[in-house]
Amino acid sequence: MNVPAAWYLVLAAILFGIGSFGLLTRRSALIMFMCIELMLNAVNLTFVTFARTLSDIGGQATVFFVMVVAAAEVTVGLGIVVAVFRRRASTSVDELSELKG
Amino acid sequence: MAHVSTLILLLPLLGFAVVLINGKNMNESQIGYVATGVVGLSFVASVITFVLLLHDHHRQVTVQLFNWIDVGTLHVPAALLIDPLSITMCLFVTGVSTLIHLYSIGYMHGEKDYKKFFLYFNLFVFSMLALVLANNLVFTFVGWEGVGVCSYWLVSFYFDRDAASSAGKKAFIYNRVGDVGLLAAMFLLFSRTGTLTYIGVFEKSGTLTPTVATLVVLALLLAATGKSAQIPLFNWLPDAMEGPTPVSALIHAATMVTAGVYLLVRMSPVLALSSSGRMTIAVIGGVTAFVAATIATSQKDIKKVLAFSTVSQIGYMVLAVGVGAYGAAIFLMVGHAFYKALLFLGSGSVIHSLNGEQDLRKMGALRKFLPLTFPTFLIGWLAISGIPPFAGFWAKGDVLTNVFAHNKALWVLGVVTAILTAYYMSRLFVLTFRGTERFREVTHGHDPHESPWMMTTPLVILAALSVLGGALALPWVHHDTLEHFLSSTFGYVAPIANQSTLSQWGLAAVDVAAALIGLAAAFSIWRSRYEDEKLTPSFLEHVWYWDNFYDATIGRPLEHLAVFSDVVVEDEVIDGGVMGLAAGIVHSSQGVRKIQSGFVRHYALAMALGLAVIVVYLVARVG
Amino acid sequence: MTAVTIAYSWPNILVFAAAAVLVLVGALGVITFKNPVHSALSLIMTLFGVAVAFVAQQADFLAAVQIIVYAGAIVVLFLFVIMFLGVDRREHVHVEPFVAQRPLAALGALITVGGLIALMAESHWVTGVKSVSSAGTALATGQANVRQLGTAVFTTYLFAFEATAALLVIAVVGAVLLARRERSLASEEGDE
Repeated sequence: MNVPAAWYLVLAAILFGIGSFGLLTRRSALIMFMCIELMLNAVNLTFVTFARTLSDIGGQATVFFVMVVAAAEVTVGLGIVVAVFRRRASTSVDELSELKG
Repeated sequence: MAHVSTLILLLPLLGFAVVLINGKNMNESQIGYVATGVVGLSFVASVITFVLLLHDHHRQVTVQLFNWIDVGTLHVPAALLIDPLSITMCLFVTGVSTLIHLYSIGYMHGEKDYKKFFLYFNLFVFSMLALVLANNLVFTFVGWEGVGVCSYWLVSFYFDRDAASSAGKKAFIYNRVGDVGLLAAMFLLFSRTGTLTYIGVFEKSGTLTPTVATLVVLALLLAATGKSAQIPLFNWLPDAMEGPTPVSALIHAATMVTAGVYLLVRMSPVLALSSSGRMTIAVIGGVTAFVAATIATSQKDIKKVLAFSTVSQIGYMVLAVGVGAYGAAIFLMVGHAFYKALLFLGSGSVIHSLNGEQDLRKMGALRKFLPLTFPTFLIGWLAISGIPPFAGFWAKGDVLTNVFAHNKALWVLGVVTAILTAYYMSRLFVLTFRGTERFREVTHGHDPHESPWMMTTPLVILAALSVLGGALALPWVHHDTLEHFLSSTFGYVAPIANQSTLSQWGLAAVDVAAALIGLAAAFSIWRSRYEDEKLTPSFLEHVWYWDNFYDATIGRPLEHLAVFSDVVVEDEVIDGGVMGLAAGIVHSSQGVRKIQSGFVRHYALAMALGLAVIVVYLVARVG
Repeated sequence: MTAVTIAYSWPNILVFAAAAVLVLVGALGVITFKNPVHSALSLIMTLFGVAVAFVAQQADFLAAVQIIVYAGAIVVLFLFVIMFLGVDRREHVHVEPFVAQRPLAALGALITVGGLIALMAESHWVTGVKSVSSAGTALATGQANVRQLGTAVFTTYLFAFEATAALLVIAVVGAVLLARRERSLASEEGDE
């Protein structure tokens, strides 16, 4: 008998919460990216848990695609980070306020 | 008959159209003759229609021009009603108009707006005929408004003079105040009887309750006071003397100002239902006649004396209507048209000879210089003063006899007014034609010259009519008096059948005595002087301060209200509201703008909080 | 009253505990370290924890992909960029210029997590109801995990698979273009 799925789901929820708190609180662009990765992992964990409970391979297939997209996203995102912060002294996103209305 | 009667109405309109379209190609005399010609032909058509009507058994013909308003239950045709009352009005309106048109050709010679004058004059005649010939209240109202607006145009003919344009506005505004009465009467009648044609209303007049009938009568009275210059709406008429003298003669003596009386006489079946309404009419007429006569004694301008005289004489007519003597009122109207037009045209001749001078203090001893104007003016003077055998004596006597039979107090007022009438007219006559010469500086030493034939011929004709006009009502001249002719159109005729011959002679003697007293007084006083402060007190000269009263109670408050509306309501409330709304939006958007801080973390925080809200909502729904 | 016996085997609980500890400690490390390199290493710890959880849930292939792609490629990419931009760029974590940011962020996170847990507690999704959707295939049929996953990806989700392939190509091209130095304006730009 495996551990009840609820425990994994709670774990994933907590992981998601930590990731979102970090995203909102840290200023460094790279740390924010890592927090996004945390949130994505939480989602993946949720999907896999449900794939197990519902006996549906579609959950795992979804995780597969999420990982692919996350990889692509990190690639492009870090490329942007490099392009933006290449000439600046810090990686703080608070400096990027030109869209102020 | 239908075609001829339609011609009466349409010929002046044709004249108007021809001058309007082709005017710039026509010279002065062509315009003058075309305009006079169409009115003259209209008179001829009126005569023919009159003769045809005499032979008509029924004495009431409706000529439908076209179907005008047809909405729901409201059916208003554009139709004419040919009956004794309307044809009488047509006859003297077109007749006097023709004479005055002819006079104007000479009087307005050389004016730069000659064409405009005749345009408006013709349009005026058309409107007056529409008013008189209409078979329903709405068509009458069209004519009513038409004469009002033509009066406005013609009074402010010399529009570059401030006084003239103000006078035009004053005339029009007072008329419009009165029009509210006519509209109210129309609304009341339509709501109770469902129709607006005269014949229809009279047939259904039995359905009117006394209260409604009184309200209708009072509303009509308001309209009449506006148009016919009675109390409380009379002080526009003296100011309207700013217009050229032919305008004063036609509009403000013979035709437009009689429209109010015509309306009341036409609606006599409705008047029959309300005795309190008729009493109000009589009191207003009597009081106006008296007040205007007192004012006329103190005026220094020749035309103003005649203007107040008109107000006073129409007061007599309204008084006659009030006591139910409709025939007498119409008789006086016709006679008054003749001699008042004569007096105005005569005064125009005098003014013309003195290079435009209108002040009585600068006239005098014109008798030997104006050989045609003097005798005709004399006849007009005698007629209006009530000296027999001229028309005025018969007409005014008729009115006063009827008033005596109904209300002694008003009769006394009427007799006093007659004394005053004779007095002020004699004063006018003496100051103008007798006494010492005071005009030399105005004419630069020259002698005044008589007017050309175009101006004196109408004077002669009108003088003849003033002499003979009395014959209209005398039963021993022809077999059908005016009163009898008109009686089929009246709704209520007060019986004076029991007036004995002795009392009639007695009343006639009183009338003559009154006229002679006034005449003698004026001659003795004014032969030797031309100015006297005590006899022309400023209270009377300034119209009992009526204008000042209206200014203080209505004019100033309205002006304050207008200024208040402009400064407070317009600038602060409305502008403030609109601009305030705009400013509020700008302010709120400034506030909302702060959300766009440009910081990624703020945006992310907003998204996170939004997500939290959604989650809470889901929990609430599931739970 | 029948006692509800918890019939979980001890190994499973231990595995879960280990996975949970790795995940949470690593996550807290990511958000608290000042040095980005330390954060990256904590991230690796979290990813390992998640991989363990995958294995415990019979998602073997995904556990392997997690290690290879996430920990092995993505975090390495992070480290490359950290080195590129300067490893000693520290962030001043103790000062927060936006006054309400931290409390509000905490509030938002707590409400979200709490709400999610509450949703799970009140729904019937955790009762092991078998999926009846036509898009799903049974997991516990005894086939190998890779075979099942492959069958699903290459038949039911084929279109998505092809699309993600295209996506990867686009991402690579985009990243190359973004990170490129502008050689055309080399005379004005200095070397950077």
